[in-house]
Amino acid sequence: MGELTLFVGQIFNGFSVASLFVLSALGLALSFGLMRVINMAHGEMLMLGGYLAYLTLMVVPGPLGILVALPVAFLGAGLVGALLEATVIHRLSSRPLDTLLATWGVSLIFQQGARNIFGAIGVDVTAPAWLNHTISISGGPLDGLTLPATRIFIMGVAVLVLGGLALLLAKTRIGLLVRAVNQDRETAAAMGVNARKVDLMVFALGTGVAGLAGVVLALLGPVTPNVGQSYIVPAFLVVILGGLGSLVGTAIASLIIGLFSALVQIYVDVSLSQVLLLVFVIAFIQFRPQGVIAVRSRALDS
Amino acid sequence: MITKTSRVAILAAALMAGTVLSGMAHAADTVKVGVLQSLSGTMAISEVTVKNAEMMAIDEINASGGVLGKQIVPVVEDGASDPAIFAQKATKLVQDDEVVTVFGGWTSASRKAMLPVFQRLKSLLWYPVQFEGNECSPAIMYSGAQPNQQMLPAYDWAKEKGFKTFFLLGSDYVFPRTANLIAKKHIEKDKLTLAGEEYVPLGGTDFSAVIAKIQAAKPDVIFSTLNGDSNVSFFKQMGAAGLPSAKLPVMSFSIGEQEAQAMGPSLVEGSYAAWNYFQSIDTPENKKFVAAYQAKFGANAAVTDPMVHGYIDVYVWKAAVEKAGTFDAKKVRAAAVELAALPSPMGPVKFARNQSLIQTAYIGELDPKGQFKILWTSKGAIDPEPYDPVAFPGKKCVIKH
Repeated sequence: MGELTLFVGQIFNGFSVASLFVLSALGLALSFGLMRVINMAHGEMLMLGGYLAYLTLMVVPGPLGILVALPVAFLGAGLVGALLEATVIHRLSSRPLDTLLATWGVSLIFQQGARNIFGAIGVDVTAPAWLNHTISISGGPLDGLTLPATRIFIMGVAVLVLGGLALLLAKTRIGLLVRAVNQDRETAAAMGVNARKVDLMVFALGTGVAGLAGVVLALLGPVTPNVGQSYIVPAFLVVILGGLGSLVGTAIASLIIGLFSALVQIYVDVSLSQVLLLVFVIAFIQFRPQGVIAVRSRALDS
Repeated sequence: MITKTSRVAILAAALMAGTVLSGMAHAADTVKVGVLQSLSGTMAISEVTVKNAEMMAIDEINASGGVLGKQIVPVVEDGASDPAIFAQKATKLVQDDEVVTVFGGWTSASRKAMLPVFQRLKSLLWYPVQFEGNECSPAIMYSGAQPNQQMLPAYDWAKEKGFKTFFLLGSDYVFPRTANLIAKKHIEKDKLTLAGEEYVPLGGTDFSAVIAKIQAAKPDVIFSTLNGDSNVSFFKQMGAAGLPSAKLPVMSFSIGEQEAQAMGPSLVEGSYAAWNYFQSIDTPENKKFVAAYQAKFGANAAVTDPMVHGYIDVYVWKAAVEKAGTFDAKKVRAAAVELAALPSPMGPVKFARNQSLIQTAYIGELDPKGQFKILWTSKGAIDPEPYDPVAFPGKKCVIKH
């Protein structure tokens, strides 16, 4: 296996890591852009998705279980998100710092809840047989390259979700309302847009996507009460780098972060690559504080 | 800031609860000992069962008459997976509760945090977990394996099997770094090949780059000092990349019966582990111990190496107290290294003069039920060597008694 194979393999891994980041960060980016709310319990929506996948696979075992788990987790996490928005976040919408604290509390409650219900040790979601193989290339310049089917599947999910959201925002009436509120909440409200409903919907949508992320994460790692914590920090990095509230920015930032860490890891180990990644993001926002894509929005101007 | 405030609150509550408990136990025919493990946080998975084993030993000793005619009263504290809390709780146990000794600790960070406390207060800690060595203190009885009782026997076994290129993978903290340093020195000395060395932060979940490097390096065997949940991600992603244990052997130093059960035995089936105790050891003492533990904690409860070390620590302490005729820490540790070998679930055990346990090393292979098939046993019990002569030449652990 040559240098080229390792390099190409790492580019593939970079895309694969980026697709996980995009799924975990989309909801954060959307809700922050629209409502200026930082949801500290976002990671727990991932965790919820993972446990919902586990439960779904108990009810629907067999090859198609994971495909059933995706919509179940999306709806489940979305519903919980809607509930969270209506009961906590909406009531604190004028006090952003308090939302930070309140959602952090919610995240602790979710983690402890999962620990009490499912145990501290975590549960296992096994990939179905049709995902349990590897495409390996032998011969030629890329001899020895292996592409695990699970990772290709996860990229597919990420592309579908991104495409779906882009279509929703660009082409539908709902998307129009979201964009209107995003640009100028007061004016949109004055024109008769129910901003309250839009907030609720976008928040639920974002947590639903996090639920999807939880399902695909379960294919790669364990589902534990603190699984969300390992993804929330990179998700925040993606949001900061991508520019708050931008779909395209989030996607590009995920790719930058995924590829950056994958390529750096050819030369250094994982611990050091995380240090370099942080240095890179800090340096980047020195030169471009608004992130990759700057979104013009009254909500973010003040 | 948030965490700090809440910790202070929790600590205050815990201290209050502790005072109430210690107020109740002041009868003349009792003696207090501390049990200090993480009952919350990420390490709770492993440490709660060690606490169970230590408590079981205390109950058994109490049922058969206690120590020097006194009933043992355990004061249980939660180290909360946080070295700073371990140090605080250790101080509290020795100073406020006036326990005569403490059983506990798991991570090297927790041990390093407690060490100055036990030295300053002239008390004694019984530490039950395998560790990286490179430490030598009269205030600690090290019953877990030194590197020459776990890592190096595994390395020798791998050499015997004909493995020539090694890949070292670990979580990024003191135990894996030091253990791998020792392994590296030996690989160098034996003119074998080190194919790679990688560290992943504790709790890390993405192994894509590590696996790509493993595929590029094509090692004969992987030595893994990964700890905790990371193991699940690692084995899942190795399987997905077409490298199950059957194809590329992995030797783990932190996966016991309990971890294997939690991870789903099929995931780790066929991988190897090195310990000084396996639940499958076929002796009457071990069968009796496993049956007693399972009667108390459930028929499927797994028993692991650190649990057994925690259990025998209590028995060795009892024997040492009886030999010394006192609970005084200095006299107890002097008596402990003079004791004849005691029978235990892992065979006869005895502490060496450097206060580490003389013990046998085993290599096991995980079967589909999460139990180990013992493949290899060291030639007799191995004397503990805190400072490996190849990695740390010239250093010696001598403790005055």
